[in-house]
Amino acid sequence: MHIDWAALGSVFGVSLIATIALVGLFTLGIVGLSRHEQASAQGGSAALSVTGAYACFAACAAAVAYGIYLIVA
Amino acid sequence: MENFSLILAIVVVTALAFDFTNGFHDTANAMATTISTGAMKPKVAVAMSAVLNLVGAFLSIEVANTISKGLVNEDGIQPEVIFAALVGAILWNLLTWLVGLPSSSSHALMGGLIGATIASAGVSAVHGDVLVTKVLIPAIAAPLVAGLAAMFASRLTYKLGKNANGEASKKGYRAGQIASAGLVSLAHGTNDAQKTMGIITLALVAGGAIAPDSDPPTWVILSAGIAIALGTYLGGWRIIRTMGKGLTDLQPQQGFAAQTSAATVILASSHLGFSLSTTHSVSGSVMGAGLGRKGGVVRWSTATRMFIAWGLTLPAAALVAAIAEYATSFGTWGTTFVAVFLVASSAAIWVVSRREVVDHTNVNDTAEPAGVVTTALAAVAPPPAGTVTEDLTDTTPASSETSANSSASSATV
Repeated sequence: MHIDWAALGSVFGVSLIATIALVGLFTLGIVGLSRHEQASAQGGSAALSVTGAYACFAACAAAVAYGIYLIVA
Repeated sequence: MENFSLILAIVVVTALAFDFTNGFHDTANAMATTISTGAMKPKVAVAMSAVLNLVGAFLSIEVANTISKGLVNEDGIQPEVIFAALVGAILWNLLTWLVGLPSSSSHALMGGLIGATIASAGVSAVHGDVLVTKVLIPAIAAPLVAGLAAMFASRLTYKLGKNANGEASKKGYRAGQIASAGLVSLAHGTNDAQKTMGIITLALVAGGAIAPDSDPPTWVILSAGIAIALGTYLGGWRIIRTMGKGLTDLQPQQGFAAQTSAATVILASSHLGFSLSTTHSVSGSVMGAGLGRKGGVVRWSTATRMFIAWGLTLPAAALVAAIAEYATSFGTWGTTFVAVFLVASSAAIWVVSRREVVDHTNVNDTAEPAGVVTTALAAVAPPPAGTVTEDLTDTTPASSETSANSSASSATV
């Protein structure tokens, strides 16, 4: 009986890392946006947070695009 | 298509019926968390999932080809065997839907094929080692992988996002959930609609209507895509309720973590050549997300019933398929009997289901009281870090306050 432990192991590793990285990135984006929200409520601005947030969301969007590419290919 | 016999027509119709049950059985996979956390309205969620399933069906014919070319020996297989296999798979899907348990439609189909093959060609025709590598190990691995990933991801998002609240974070988690749920729907369409295409193509080859090694004809792709989309739109609300509310209580953060983990696992596994069941991955990730929140509780009684259903899926579908195959061996009247039996039992299951209707209006009601184990665990576990609002379909600021409170207090615990 041949069990493809290598494939199983890589599925395990890739899923774990990709999920945590994506969720982490996305959460950072949310944190950035909500910091901006709080800052603008107090009359200030948080340009760096917003830029960082959009960078995080862009990275997540790229990951989703790669996911769609994997489905289509 | 001069060879389009009656049995072939029956097989095609039955395959489309299976595709339909597959659709409404698996709506929960993509949309249960999105619906239960209130990120989307139930009807809108199933509509989006249906459209993406339909789109997914047209994206590729890779999976259909692996089924119709090579998985089973095309020379030996008769349309009756495929018919019997489908009968077993459909009945199991309907039965698990009736009791509201998520189970793998693919396992049901595989079980049906195995049972029908044993009845027609004997036990030696089934490869035991393939059963272990393709069914048993993935069934254990999928919920583990997805569950662990979702658990760590929910912990991380609660930790990182403890200061994030207000409109921005609410919108953010909502968009994240919708995106990941859409990805799961799309992947489901490419995988599961194509399984039916593969089966129909296999039957057409077996019945001599098209040449061996053909790609699925366009009408097969079209009808399979439409059948799964219709099924998805109908929505298996019973299963959605179990997955979204029955296993654990989900907040938007957890729903997002769970759905992202499920989407990642499904894509990674199908791409890296160790295919995992969508249902198993999503159930695992929901439970993992449940454990990832401080004070979050998984209802193990519901989970145990689900695990038992997973274990029974293959043998039960195989048994029904074997009996059906035995009946069809008596010729036309046997086949007719099986067809009538299938329609009658489907109708009976539907009638029973009307006694307690679950639809888009009550899908977010709690499915059942907590079991003994859950209550005991809840008693020893730290107190919940925030009450989950029961009616999450409303979008008042109350729900965002709840999640903000909980993330704040989970940080201090």
